Amino acid sequence: MNVITLSHGSGGETTHKLIKDIFYKHFENDILLQQNDSSILQKLDGKIAVTTDSFVIKPIFFPGGDIGKLSICGTINDLAVSGAKPMYITVGFIIEEGLDINILEKIVSSMAKTAKQANVKIIAGDTKVVEKGSVDRIFINTTGIGFVKDEELYLCANNIKKGDKIIISGTLGDHGMCIMSQRKGLDFDVDIKSDCNVLNRLVDDLLNISKEVKMMRDPTRGGLATTLNEIIEGSHKSIVLNEEDLPVKEEVMSMCEMLGLDPLYVANEGKVVVIVSREDAYKVLEAMKRNPLGKDSAIIGEVIDDNKNKVYLKTEIGGTRILNMYTEDLLPRIC
Amino acid sequence: MKYIEEFRNPQLAKNILNKLSYKVKKDLTIMEVCGTHTMSIFKNGIRDLLPENINLISGPGCPVCVTSQSYIDTAIQLCKRNNVIITTFGDIVKVPGTYSSLKMEKALGKDIRVVISPLDSLKIAKQNPNKEIIFLAIGFETTAPIIALSIYKAKNENIKNFSVLQSIKTMPNVIKKIVTDQEVHIDGFLCPGHVSTIIGVKPFEILSKEYSFSSVIAGFEYCDIVAAIYFLVKMIGKEEYEVKNIYHRIVEYNGNEKALSMIHEVFIPSDSIWRGFGRIKDTGFELKEEYRNYDVKSKFNIKIVQSSIHKECLCGEILKGLKKPTQCKLFSKICNPSNPIGACMISQEGTCSTYYKYGIR
Repeated sequence: MNVITLSHGSGGETTHKLIKDIFYKHFENDILLQQNDSSILQKLDGKIAVTTDSFVIKPIFFPGGDIGKLSICGTINDLAVSGAKPMYITVGFIIEEGLDINILEKIVSSMAKTAKQANVKIIAGDTKVVEKGSVDRIFINTTGIGFVKDEELYLCANNIKKGDKIIISGTLGDHGMCIMSQRKGLDFDVDIKSDCNVLNRLVDDLLNISKEVKMMRDPTRGGLATTLNEIIEGSHKSIVLNEEDLPVKEEVMSMCEMLGLDPLYVANEGKVVVIVSREDAYKVLEAMKRNPLGKDSAIIGEVIDDNKNKVYLKTEIGGTRILNMYTEDLLPRIC
Repeated sequence: MKYIEEFRNPQLAKNILNKLSYKVKKDLTIMEVCGTHTMSIFKNGIRDLLPENINLISGPGCPVCVTSQSYIDTAIQLCKRNNVIITTFGDIVKVPGTYSSLKMEKALGKDIRVVISPLDSLKIAKQNPNKEIIFLAIGFETTAPIIALSIYKAKNENIKNFSVLQSIKTMPNVIKKIVTDQEVHIDGFLCPGHVSTIIGVKPFEILSKEYSFSSVIAGFEYCDIVAAIYFLVKMIGKEEYEVKNIYHRIVEYNGNEKALSMIHEVFIPSDSIWRGFGRIKDTGFELKEEYRNYDVKSKFNIKIVQSSIHKECLCGEILKGLKKPTQCKLFSKICNPSNPIGACMISQEGTCSTYYKYGIR
């Protein structure tokens, strides 16, 4: 078996061979192939957006994606929901010695495919190899660069007004529950696929149709409830969600119930939550639904003016509860 | 029939709640014993929808919350021994002991593994023949059968490097303790649904008759709960001191006989120490003589350490239903899910944790 050894990270001949045979082969583009210590970029036409994220997911392959796809989606989505057009990505790998090179290539190929799909170039990279046990197989860091084309676009919680609608682009909790179902010891026979996907085209669709989008976020770790709490913090407004309007797949709901979890707090990796004026809400909803990644979009709540910075949930039977930020670890319950 | 959707019918729940508002003439206190009921009540916002004179209080039905601090301290001591792997349910890892927690010890390198089933401990035992696998066996009648099965299998398969630190609690006599407590006044009980699944209706029937209170065994969907409260109000009004089982879809009169026989194969009843209550007669188990080698205390001659708890923590009173979390000085200020002081804040089903999570401050 062909495996990664410490010499692949030494900077010598083996490293160069790895770069050429795997990274250049898959990531190939004019900027990367400058092969300099840094890549020189052309001027971007607008304000520049930068974001960085590290990926340590376990297992590294899961239904609907893998650590490579996720590392590209996560960073592109952070740019897109800030209203930026994603342009470039840099990648840093930390690899545990002994990793099968075929596995690395599978991950790299998945990254290339995802970046291509989003029309983003991978323009710089780095590889380090560490001793067995120092990391768990492979960790990836990606940094994304984009620009904000529309000078007037200003997404900020201060813009949020009473009556604005909250739209989610699809079902909640798919990614988190997919990963939970793959974990050792949880022998769940369920078919939950991660929603891991790039959102820049969906975001383009909705920004093209409305100038009234106030705020967008991708509700990843901590789930929708935590993301909405982050948005509303300091805005002097509150949000009311309607439980009956929340899209959740039946299998995700069942698994959450068995483990004592709430899909509102479970991670998504291919969803955007949008706050938009009441007037434009249906127009935006329709535009989102036309995109395959937004086909299950739904209006799930609205902004109210109670000055308390809270997220409330109106339950199916008409009760109200407060949705706080997530504070606990995801652990199974015991009875 | 999936036995879930049918019990999530908003219109049905609203109709029951509507009827309920005509029925309640005087102030009533109802205790929901089980932590899962508490969670469901808050999750669905049921408290807001009940008539004002119904007071719901949460009982000692969260297994992590009623586990004594000395148990946690003993578990922490055990994890520090050489060649030991601790296996445990997830919730207990975060419970603070006097000086540390299992979560902290895990971060410092101790081998502490969260398992979904105690049977997983046997697999770990086979894979690690040179180490002692100690399972932290807590819970109620609900977790007792699978824990008993693990011990039974360990004996039958001659697995010698497995033992349990056991503090399983049993339900009926703690309810007796609550109803006979002079300080506590409860008109009716929402009986623990999961425990009833195992032990059946009879133990609650005997208690209701002997100590003159009304009780209902119910499931955990919102229709189950509002219907249970509706029946309780009706029964209290008519002074019907008996138990009504509206959880027929799961709970049989004699309980789960297979599970009960496994419990009786391995355990005999014993006293148990409850956080907030102290020692209560016949509310726990000990291993039968022939299984004693699987009890870590006798196997390694371990003495349970005595521990003290934070003097301002009201977990004890909260578990008895005498105080609400909002009456505790520590609640939400010093004691919160990121920095829990008492066990009721740690377990997902703990009363304090539920109050905090659902925003009651």
